[in-house]
Amino acid sequence: MSLLELKNVYKIYGELHALDNVNMKVEKGEWVSIMGPSGSGKSTMMNIIGCMDKPSKGEVLLDGVDISKENAKNLTTVRRDKIGLIFQQFHLVNYLTAVENVMLAQYYHSLPDEKEAMEALERVGLADRAKHLPSQLSGGEQQRVCVARALINYPEIILADEPTGNLDEANEEIVVDLFHKLHNEGTTLIVVTHDPEVAEVAQRTVVLRNGRVVKEVQNQNFTGKIHFDEEGTHVTKKDLKSEEEIQAEEHAHENQ
Amino acid sequence: MFFRMIKGTLLRQWKKMLMIAFTIALGASLAAAMLSVMFDVGDKVNQELKTYGANITVVPKSASVLNELYEVEGGQNTGAYLREDELGKIKTIFWAFNIVDYAPFVTVNSTLDDGSEIKIIGSWFNHHMELPTGEQLDAGIAGLRSWWEIESGDWLDEQSSNQEDSAMIGTALAKKLNLSVGNTIHVKGSDGGKIFKIAGIFDAGGEEDDQIFAPLNAVQELADLDGCIDSIEVSALTTPDNELAEKAAKDPSSLTVSQYEIWYCTAYASSICYQIQEVITDSVASPVRQVADSEGAIMEKTQLLMILITILSMIGAALGICNLVTASVMERSSEIGLMKAIGAQNGAISGLVLTEIFITAVFGGIIGFFAGFGFAQIIGHTVFGSAISMKPVVIPIVAILVVLVTLAGSIPAIRMLLRLRPAEVLHGGH
Repeated sequence: MSLLELKNVYKIYGELHALDNVNMKVEKGEWVSIMGPSGSGKSTMMNIIGCMDKPSKGEVLLDGVDISKENAKNLTTVRRDKIGLIFQQFHLVNYLTAVENVMLAQYYHSLPDEKEAMEALERVGLADRAKHLPSQLSGGEQQRVCVARALINYPEIILADEPTGNLDEANEEIVVDLFHKLHNEGTTLIVVTHDPEVAEVAQRTVVLRNGRVVKEVQNQNFTGKIHFDEEGTHVTKKDLKSEEEIQAEEHAHENQ
Repeated sequence: MFFRMIKGTLLRQWKKMLMIAFTIALGASLAAAMLSVMFDVGDKVNQELKTYGANITVVPKSASVLNELYEVEGGQNTGAYLREDELGKIKTIFWAFNIVDYAPFVTVNSTLDDGSEIKIIGSWFNHHMELPTGEQLDAGIAGLRSWWEIESGDWLDEQSSNQEDSAMIGTALAKKLNLSVGNTIHVKGSDGGKIFKIAGIFDAGGEEDDQIFAPLNAVQELADLDGCIDSIEVSALTTPDNELAEKAAKDPSSLTVSQYEIWYCTAYASSICYQIQEVITDSVASPVRQVADSEGAIMEKTQLLMILITILSMIGAALGICNLVTASVMERSSEIGLMKAIGAQNGAISGLVLTEIFITAVFGGIIGFFAGFGFAQIIGHTVFGSAISMKPVVIPIVAILVVLVTLAGSIPAIRMLLRLRPAEVLHGGH
């Protein structure tokens, strides 16, 4: 049984089909990227997977349970227990310190535990910045706090919306590196992005266009391991195929 | 964590919170001022109205029957009298401290040397009494008829030894007889005659202007009525009548034991009358309806005005709070969206926002209450010329009003907060 399965999912706003008969499966421990241009339905899909919205039609099975018919209160409970969210804009509470921001997720889940929150910050390499306010942290550091907050309740799925969209290249690498580590630890990752470089480091890329899944590609160069150079620094893989190349390959495959 | 968040919000949004506190303080101050005045206005209006004379008259029982039969007031010369030696007992009743002033009257029809008939009334002017309780009291018409204008001379001073045979004369009679202060007037009575020296000429604006007022003992001697009086006028601080008082006034025996206790221990005009009847033999005490009704009407209208101002001030405060809290929630929409996204239920977030507002409301309410009490003093001194006392009942009422207004003002913001969808504030809808 897949951890997440979308069956004939539609999201319709009047005349607009934001999602149009989407079918997708995500296995436990898998790292999936959802790609597509603006308006392709990425965010709508993320909202539905993240229990922040409901489809107009279709089923969304999370751990075998259809969450598409749940009410807002139950969706909040599912989101709290099973999903860790990472946002492009970080969305940290600006009057709470880094560790308090992590504890906030614990507070609404069960009980805040500062020691555990510190360990989560340690995992993202921010133990020494725990008592800093978001305004005292760089963009990359804020995103790492956001990752620590997403991890703190041991969710089934980490759902990241454009996690590197507001980061420079160096911080982007740090965040991608973190995703590698999480993936190696068995965390299921769904990363919504329009950046091919971020998408291609995942195991699988799902390409959306006009609300439809137009491609689903297994990234052949995915090793599942973090790559280091001689000096021990993480190197992102940039030799993966571009979307155009994937399209060409698909086309050739269909012609055969 | 909860209190860290509360603290964070209060410190971060201190300007907005201060505005909310100020709005609540404004509403609470008006409510506290109006309620303080409203609860104290009864005594104040009573005191004001006491300057317009007595509000209870006591007559002999037989005179009262005649009054009721012929619908006349006064009860003079019916042949029945009250006892002068019982007058001190009026200050021994349960509501003795509410008896502000009183005076006995004895009315004698007399003739002058020229044969014309006049009424001469014996009363106290400023009679000094030492009561069994140790209390000292100067009672008489100098206090009860404070509206009389003394055209010449002065109020008769009973406590002065050289004014024992003095009298005060109405302005109309003085003109008719061509008398002025210092002149004497000879009046005939059943026990011979008496010469009174005019101590003062007054203008009462009524039938008293054709009468002579002399010390009680002198008139009693004139008519050979030692120790007799035919009426007493009493000025008492009373509570406006309600249904219970009206029922009791008709027939106190119709009350249940508990109703009787409540009525007896409340300063209704009827219960004070009842207690006066208990101490004055064969008497009937009854409230002067005009004064009692005026008191009731003035107080009802004043209290209605105060209640209206309180309600309007609270509505104004609620609208102000509504705008400020809604603006605060809108400003924090992404923070609230995030809380929802990471698993906060609506109740938890509403609780957080309401706690922040209530802490601010308590702060504003306390300041408002004391400011309101200050406003009440200004009103008291400006309108009534005296301080407004702090009634403890105002505190819980203002507290309840502040809670209700804060809740009512927060409703639109809470509704907005409940409708807020995390997906819409954390990233685009689609």
